[in-house]
Amino acid sequence: MAAFGTAAGRPLQGRGGSPGFSFTLFAVLAVVVMYLDQRAHYIERVRYVLQAAAYPIQLAVNSPPTARRWLKESFATRDALESDNARLRARARDLELLAMRYDALARENGALRGLSAALPPVADRWLAAEIVNLQMSSLRQRMLIDRGASNGVFEGQAVLDESGVIGQTTHVGPWSAEVILITDPEHALPVRIERTGLRTIAVGAGDASSLALPYLPSNADVHGGDLLVTSGLGGVFPEGYPVARVTEVHRDAVQPLAQVRAAPLAHVAADAEVMLVWFRQGQPAAPTPPPNAAGDLPAGNPAMQPLPAPHQPAKAPAGHTPEATAPQEPPQ
Amino acid sequence: MSAASPLGRMLLTAFLGLILTVLPLPSWLEVVRPAFLVLTVLYWSVNAPRTGGIALGFFAGLALDVFQGPVLGQHALALALVSYITVREHQRIRSKPAFQQSLLVFAALVVYELVVFAIDGWTGHPVTSSLRWIHCVTSAVVWPPVAALLSYTATNPFGVTRRS
Repeated sequence: MAAFGTAAGRPLQGRGGSPGFSFTLFAVLAVVVMYLDQRAHYIERVRYVLQAAAYPIQLAVNSPPTARRWLKESFATRDALESDNARLRARARDLELLAMRYDALARENGALRGLSAALPPVADRWLAAEIVNLQMSSLRQRMLIDRGASNGVFEGQAVLDESGVIGQTTHVGPWSAEVILITDPEHALPVRIERTGLRTIAVGAGDASSLALPYLPSNADVHGGDLLVTSGLGGVFPEGYPVARVTEVHRDAVQPLAQVRAAPLAHVAADAEVMLVWFRQGQPAAPTPPPNAAGDLPAGNPAMQPLPAPHQPAKAPAGHTPEATAPQEPPQ
Repeated sequence: MSAASPLGRMLLTAFLGLILTVLPLPSWLEVVRPAFLVLTVLYWSVNAPRTGGIALGFFAGLALDVFQGPVLGQHALALALVSYITVREHQRIRSKPAFQQSLLVFAALVVYELVVFAIDGWTGHPVTSSLRWIHCVTSAVVWPPVAALLSYTATNPFGVTRRS
């Protein structure tokens, strides 16, 4: 590698222009792409194609854990399978007993609301999805699932497991979708304390085993062990799904806000499968779909209107509560 | 650097860097994981500034955005900037001993993370935890072995990378 005598700053010989020129070109290109992606959502299609292209790599990258799990399952002993079977049988029986009572309760609820028939369940359709990739760093808690737009998955769809809320889809590709977990530091979820009905927001703490409730005043009625359920605001999750259990409440006399932590009920790290849920439109508890960009703004001077709902409604920036902006109205 | 164009090796090693960057790891390892793709781009910007240069940085960053960016173009801009700086200064960097190169790599990664951090903030995804800066240190630490490995592939055209 002989020296060609190219001093720093002088154009390099060979392909391309000078570094300064091509950097300017690429920087402008990057900024334009960012603007289009962030503000205008013009390149949804590009993202869709890129996500499809990335999916084989993500599958390949995750193949060692999948292979290990497959090996473990295929060499499971007879005893393990039998005990598993017995446990599942017992659980199915318990759930059947609960469901028996549920029908009576649903009818009673309908009668109390003055309806002639019981309301149909809020969940219309379920789809099991396998976890392809799980990122559990303190900055990013995301997972990739093997269902995408070809299965009817849409952006901002609720993802649950059998014990609680897991998260919602953010980017949907043709055969895969990225899910932001409720424990991601960028995720905020409108919740209600089941015991008292107090509504607040649960923010991810970047830790798979804890959520923060940063907006509760220090005199709020909250104890360790309280159950948090979704409040139905925000347009993604319906009302009443279990989210987390309060683990610690720290009150400081000089601080206006209590520091409350809660442990999510869903066990993402232990799951191999999650459930995607479609909710019945028209059911009073169903979430209203988020408005489509700027077209849904009320008439008037756009500068004087409240901002359109962010395209992921459960993500609320700090200090900005969804309760304050858009009380949900039942469609009926 | 005997081969006519290291483009094939460049793309292959960038692909490996991308795989190492998106490989699922336990969360404590995830925080300290070096930015392998950035290191690869830095290496090629210093050692083959004519072949890859800023275009390599841009497209590697775009690939990273698809996997883990909140907005397309974020890592592309950061990596294009970092590779621009290194392409400009490649002769000075190349002549430094490994330890000083590590310090420069640390500085480059701080610039890179600063750009990513700023764009995170502007696009409304602020992650202010100081943990995000740790990988600058670990990347600088692993720079000498990574650079040695990459230069091994560069001087060994009949090695494993031959089929590229």
